[in-house]
Amino acid sequence: MERDNPPAEKPAYWSAYVAGLAIGLTLILTYYVMGHGVGASGAYTQLAARMLETEAPEHAQTNIYLRRYLELGPLSQSWIVIEMLGVLLGGFLGALTARRFQFQIERGPKIGEVDRLLFALGGGISVGFGSRLAQGCTSGQALSGGAVLAVGSWLFTLAFFLGGYMFAWLVRREWQ
Amino acid sequence: MNGPLVPNEILTPEIGLVFALVAGLLFGFFLERAGFGSARKLTAMFYFRDFALLRVMFTAVVVGAVGLLLLGAVGRIDLSMLAIPGTYLWPQALGGLLIGLGFVVGGYCPGTAAVGAASGKLDALVFMIGIILGILGFAEIYPVIYDFAWSGGMGHETLPGLFGLPSWVIAMLIAGMALGLFWLAAVAQKFVTKGT
Repeated sequence: MERDNPPAEKPAYWSAYVAGLAIGLTLILTYYVMGHGVGASGAYTQLAARMLETEAPEHAQTNIYLRRYLELGPLSQSWIVIEMLGVLLGGFLGALTARRFQFQIERGPKIGEVDRLLFALGGGISVGFGSRLAQGCTSGQALSGGAVLAVGSWLFTLAFFLGGYMFAWLVRREWQ
Repeated sequence: MNGPLVPNEILTPEIGLVFALVAGLLFGFFLERAGFGSARKLTAMFYFRDFALLRVMFTAVVVGAVGLLLLGAVGRIDLSMLAIPGTYLWPQALGGLLIGLGFVVGGYCPGTAAVGAASGKLDALVFMIGIILGILGFAEIYPVIYDFAWSGGMGHETLPGLFGLPSWVIAMLIAGMALGLFWLAAVAQKFVTKGT
């Protein structure tokens, strides 16, 4: 009998429950060590403040929102910036070890590359703006604030899923 | 050693910065293993195809909440020292909606975009640039929307405080709700997969 040599299979994603457990334990560890949870959008905000400072120093100093972030000190001393560097590195190692690292523009079969990138940019803008309004994102609010049972974090989570379902139909061609 | 370690001065803030890298590494690696470097995997639940986002998120939150309460109950961590995000009802509701909108349009959130970019996704990198632009836009109009951005303030209110129930009851109710949602998700997924 001829035996097919199966192609090198990429390791599958973990079960959602195993991945959720692992992330939950990471969350507990972070609270245990730091007294706060994980975050993401805060690091982007510090980066945005520094970029504005580099491009337009006077404008950055008079901006009452970003000025606060400039007063936090250098990026290299910021907990959330270093944590996000870790996320980049951890994601990279994860993709590499699962042989999933690949340069690509991820999109559904019915959308072109340029359109997909424009949607990505627009979606990012909405998320960036929303994260400042909500004072956090899916990491800082939904996961971290959710685990310590904060009222605003649970309202955020509810609104996040509601927003997703409200607008999913409009952009279905992007993914299906 | 009783937590939280850095606020209790058992560990220095400098060690806290080293731990930041470790926490990020773990978080990023597990997000990748969950499949969250992929925009199509992340957005699939909004088309009832794959509810990994719901399952991972709620499992993590329930494990986190129950784990912290257990550590508190055995005296390993002082729960009163944990940072509770402040509640501002209106901006958090609108911010959540905008992030939900941006998530289905762009495919990521701030954390998962980093994982996507680190997996080689150009769309995730562009999404990250969009986040920076959105933040700069917010900063520009912040004085105009200042009153709204801080409206509906409730201090550092928690669900147990709001409903007057013990934390473990709230945690059990959330765990029960999560199980119910997982079951509903399985039913919806079955229904949609059968239809195609």
